[in-house]
Amino acid sequence: MKHRSIKLTTAAVAVAALTTGLLAGCSSDEGGAEGGAQTLRVTLANHVWTDIVKDKISEFEAANEGVKVELTQLGEDQLSDQYNVKLNAGTDEIDVMMYRPLQEGKLFAQNGYLADLSDYVAQDSAWDWSDFQEGPVEATTFEGSVVGVPIITEQEVLYYRSDVLESMGIEVPKTLDELEAAAKAIKEQGEIAGFVARTGVSAAVTQFSSYLYSMGGDFANEDYTTSTIDSAEAKAAYELYGRLIGQYGPDNVSTDMSWPDAAALFAQGQVAFYTDASSLYKNLAEEENSTVWEHVGYAPFPAGPAGSLPYNVPSWALGINSDSNKKDLAFDFIQWLTSPEMTLEVQTAGVPAARTSVWENPAGISSFPEQLAEAIAIGSETGVGYDRPRVVSVAEAREIVGAPIVVAITGGDVDAAIKKAHEDFQKFLDDEN
Amino acid sequence: MLAAPAMAFVALLITFPLAWTLYLSLTDASGSIRSSHDFIGLENYAEILTDTDRFWPAVARTAIFTGGAMLVEMVLGMLIALLLWRPFRGQGFVRVIILLPLVATPVAVGMMWRLIFEPSIGFANQFLSWFGIPAQPWLAGEATALPTLIFVDIWQWTPMVVLILLAGLTSLSDEPDEAARVDGANAWQRFWYVTFPLVMPTFITAILLRGIDALKTFDILYATKGKGGGSFHEVETLNVYAYGLSFDYQKYGESSAVLIVFFMMIIGCIWILTIRKKKSAL
Repeated sequence: MKHRSIKLTTAAVAVAALTTGLLAGCSSDEGGAEGGAQTLRVTLANHVWTDIVKDKISEFEAANEGVKVELTQLGEDQLSDQYNVKLNAGTDEIDVMMYRPLQEGKLFAQNGYLADLSDYVAQDSAWDWSDFQEGPVEATTFEGSVVGVPIITEQEVLYYRSDVLESMGIEVPKTLDELEAAAKAIKEQGEIAGFVARTGVSAAVTQFSSYLYSMGGDFANEDYTTSTIDSAEAKAAYELYGRLIGQYGPDNVSTDMSWPDAAALFAQGQVAFYTDASSLYKNLAEEENSTVWEHVGYAPFPAGPAGSLPYNVPSWALGINSDSNKKDLAFDFIQWLTSPEMTLEVQTAGVPAARTSVWENPAGISSFPEQLAEAIAIGSETGVGYDRPRVVSVAEAREIVGAPIVVAITGGDVDAAIKKAHEDFQKFLDDEN
Repeated sequence: MLAAPAMAFVALLITFPLAWTLYLSLTDASGSIRSSHDFIGLENYAEILTDTDRFWPAVARTAIFTGGAMLVEMVLGMLIALLLWRPFRGQGFVRVIILLPLVATPVAVGMMWRLIFEPSIGFANQFLSWFGIPAQPWLAGEATALPTLIFVDIWQWTPMVVLILLAGLTSLSDEPDEAARVDGANAWQRFWYVTFPLVMPTFITAILLRGIDALKTFDILYATKGKGGGSFHEVETLNVYAYGLSFDYQKYGESSAVLIVFFMMIIGCIWILTIRKKKSAL
């Protein structure tokens, strides 16, 4: 028996040594070091932008001999969870990462997950960092260091059914009062609902933000020490958003709707007005996605007492994992993906970009419907650079400030909901400061 | 000697995550686990055990979900198992059909039911409208979401109960039943006084397996209602709450405390059921 044990142990050690050797071999082949054969691991979100650029990655590989780009593509939530797990563990298996500057940018930067790109962005004048819009650059800068390169911008716009408005003789709303009156008239006619937007407690916050700003309110004071969601302006915004969906929205409206649910209701011809991000227009205006694609109209976000103040934000950026051992190559890849030429190409394919030059170039807006391009241009000029509380723990803050939205939609006690949300948000700000 | 590596492997796989979670629950770890965190003793436990906003409602929902689903699944499972117990024509086909929900991926099941229960364009409300019944909010309603998800759980997991109970029933000897029949016992009396006591150990095994599974349900809740268990946290069970604390709020210390309390609850339930099973086996 003893002899057999020794043989088994020897065999196990041999297998372990062989396996370790093989794994080590695999690792050096795949991971690579700077110079020679290298694998660049890129994690991107499911987005129209990704669909456009991923087909071009082979061009980057062809231009950089020995470089293999390994692409992982995930949904927003899965992407976020993946980062939390892997970056928490200090992985070097992610080199380039697509992230949401306003949602997790501060958190990731504070945690040290994002590499400092300040020197990288300054090194190539032809690539021209100064061409990137000011708001997006601010959102990808943390404590004076550039931690990301913005790739996609969004503004909230008004989508409407041109055929319904024409048949009822309703003008395209220019103010929030006109929007409410039109939504009410359409709902009362009884054929389709007047208005829809996101309703999920967290999902709705970003779209509600334009209502909040346009009514003259905000989430907090300038230095984020005091909650202002109990102001008269904020209360009016909560009530308006709640009325628009609760009273003039679809019957039995769900309180869990994110953009795919709300956009689907509009695209299926169930609703006359819909406010959401400009980047979603292809989901409404293309024949394969929408039954009303021929009748979709676009307008700037309607003005409230404070004017038309939609959000104008960088929704996605590219960063480099601070634990990556291929930072130079990773930045070369980012630079290639965000070059003026590539950005123009991506924007021409329908994704609003963060470079000023492509918006100034007639070719850059040629593919957008004319009305939408006009609405985006107005939103970019008048818009506010954030669409959610500017804090580190954005997810928790969104749930707090979003609670009164859902109560307003369901016709509950909005005053009580605002009072509780205000107290919770103040406690949250006190803890975070 | 040969068992030592296996034991070490098991100890590493099971003990280490538990010990690490226990350690984190005693710290103020948040943001990133890699950043420094302080030992704060039982503060996280005090925080969650006094939290009547999220923690205790989540405990209640966990109990309602588990209890509600289990009760119906056990009764329905027993009924179906009894129907399938005796041979009949087409039995194989019926068994396959009944077992189909069991093999479906929970997330896919969640997405499917989410579409069916969509309040404006979903099939469920269209079906009701054919009979003139007004549309229901189903998953969308604050009060109806949890019962709707209990229904989905029943739809998916009753077959597993059927499978377990059928195995127990088919292993029984026919003699006690025949003896009761000769003594003039009717069908109900034969079931209640003969079959059910005999199948009781299998019944408790089914409760044990399904109960633990139902307690830690996550995928179907997350797939249908998303983060936080819906806008009003209407289906936020302890699992969903702990997940949110970790992945949405990055509060690893607090999340670990919730998981440790939850783990103790599960251990408690297993302990009670195991004692009950031993008693019924005697």
